[in-house]
Amino acid sequence: MAQTSPRRRRGAPILFLGPFLVLFAAFTLAPLGYAAWLSLFTERGSGLGFGGAETVFAGLGNYARALRDDAFVDGFAHIVAYCLVYIPVMIGAALLLALLLDSAYARARRAVLLGLFLPHAVPGIIAAIVWVFLYTPGLSPVVDLLRAGGIGWDFLSADRMLVSVVNIAAWQWTGYNVVIFFAALQAVPRDVLEAATIDGAGAARTAWSVKLPLIRPAVLTAALFTTIGALQLFTEPQVLFRAGAGIEAAWSPAMYAYNAAAGQDHGLAAASSLLLAAFAGLLSFLVTRLSARRRTA
Amino acid sequence: MSAPVLTKAPAPPARRPAPAPRRRPALMAPTVVNAVLVVGLAYMLLPLTWLVIAATKDRRDLFGTGGFELARFDLWDNLVRLFTENGGVYGRWLLNSVLYAGGGALVGALVCVAAGFAFDKYRFRGKERLYGLVLLGVLVPATATALPTYLLASEVGLVNSFWGVFLPMLVNPFGVYLARVFSASYVPDEVLEATRIDGASEPVAFWRVALPMLRPAFVTIFLFQFTAAWNNFLLPLLMLSDDRLYPVSLGLYMWNASSRATQPELYPLVVTGSLVAVVPLVLAFVLLQRHWRSGLTAGAVK
Repeated sequence: MAQTSPRRRRGAPILFLGPFLVLFAAFTLAPLGYAAWLSLFTERGSGLGFGGAETVFAGLGNYARALRDDAFVDGFAHIVAYCLVYIPVMIGAALLLALLLDSAYARARRAVLLGLFLPHAVPGIIAAIVWVFLYTPGLSPVVDLLRAGGIGWDFLSADRMLVSVVNIAAWQWTGYNVVIFFAALQAVPRDVLEAATIDGAGAARTAWSVKLPLIRPAVLTAALFTTIGALQLFTEPQVLFRAGAGIEAAWSPAMYAYNAAAGQDHGLAAASSLLLAAFAGLLSFLVTRLSARRRTA
Repeated sequence: MSAPVLTKAPAPPARRPAPAPRRRPALMAPTVVNAVLVVGLAYMLLPLTWLVIAATKDRRDLFGTGGFELARFDLWDNLVRLFTENGGVYGRWLLNSVLYAGGGALVGALVCVAAGFAFDKYRFRGKERLYGLVLLGVLVPATATALPTYLLASEVGLVNSFWGVFLPMLVNPFGVYLARVFSASYVPDEVLEATRIDGASEPVAFWRVALPMLRPAFVTIFLFQFTAAWNNFLLPLLMLSDDRLYPVSLGLYMWNASSRATQPELYPLVVTGSLVAVVPLVLAFVLLQRHWRSGLTAGAVK
């Protein structure tokens, strides 16, 4: 770019980039490096428990230990099951609501959109706390209502955990995705829709055969980002766990890593969180690759 | 990645010519459409309505009356108890949250904008390689770095301190990426050049000329970071053991756990505390609609 006194400018990049790079190095690169180092060691107790532990090199032992541990593998299985239920339900609901909002019949669009989005303004932990209240028999109008309808549904029992977690997440994220899909729908060229109408397509037909294919990229991206988010699932199941629901302490891989750290098993904590980071990073990488190819295609 | 879309003003509720519903009874469709929207709205708003009503009840009424029934109005008592319990620790949690999220987002957004500006406007050796490293940082989710950060912090003695939570949350590689994109389209090289010819030093040119032009980027990154920090739970949970350092969400989590284990008298405090923590956020989101909406659609078209 510029021609004037480049010498004077030599220090500027350091000044502007410095703070970020120092923080990035200290709180992203160094921790990951340190965790990689820690993951190679394990503590071996002397058998007496008190201060007798010694740190020994374990190679990839901690990784093998995590991957062979049923609790860790089950965590990933829970995430897969969670995605299989959560993504169709949440994305489907968000799509339906966005398409209805985009239809000519919808009233008070802006107000409805804001209302649908409001749960996203609630911090995840508070959303989880409120829903745990709404799951608690004796406190919850939801449980009362279901019982009055002849359904004895215990949200806090072990075999209902998937539904209970999915519901909290759907409450927080459906409106967020409605906003995104609605913005994509508003960008659909008007003449395309007019052409469909002239060809005799009704509103439902236009939505299904014209609008939906046109916003497919936005839907796909949302689904993939949701999957990446799902891998990191921690807050909702952790709140359910501490509230005494019938959920395993290591229900998700992030909870597994947290428990390992809380139990002072730093080698295992480091290994399992690096495995999690690797999975999530790989997935995000594939997403960016995929969307880049879509753009150039 | 398409930069101009980032700042597109939210599209006005389009007045498309209503596609004439030809083969359909004209009265049915509007009813069905709006009925489904109302159901969706009810699902989103009922938990918040319950929270407001529950915050007005004492413990007996909380358990003894229906969730959407009004009982004796005890909101004021609940608030007094909330702010006096345990030496007024709740007020401190609120203040901590403001510092962690508000202060962190302010500093973090400035750090990101400066870095993105530098990546866009200066040429130096190894720039693109360095930028590649930053983009790699975007791929690693915060949840996955929280635990390693805790492990390192416990080695250097940063655990259980304000800075142990505040500093890690300043790092936002995605913000740097956004700032670079914004800088490329919002800050013309000629304007910077003119400022330099007028004798302004580089920091002055950045502060007086570039930063005002980058205000949309700053606001978007600020909101992103504020939300992320306010929602961050794992990092403070790992780092903090002194309850006077807790952000409000961690404090409520601890109270919630104790209320269910041994201290049922905390129930109304958890409810009222949740309401008090949520109200400012809801207000902020309603008032700042324009900004978060453009930020969201930025994510959508990315």
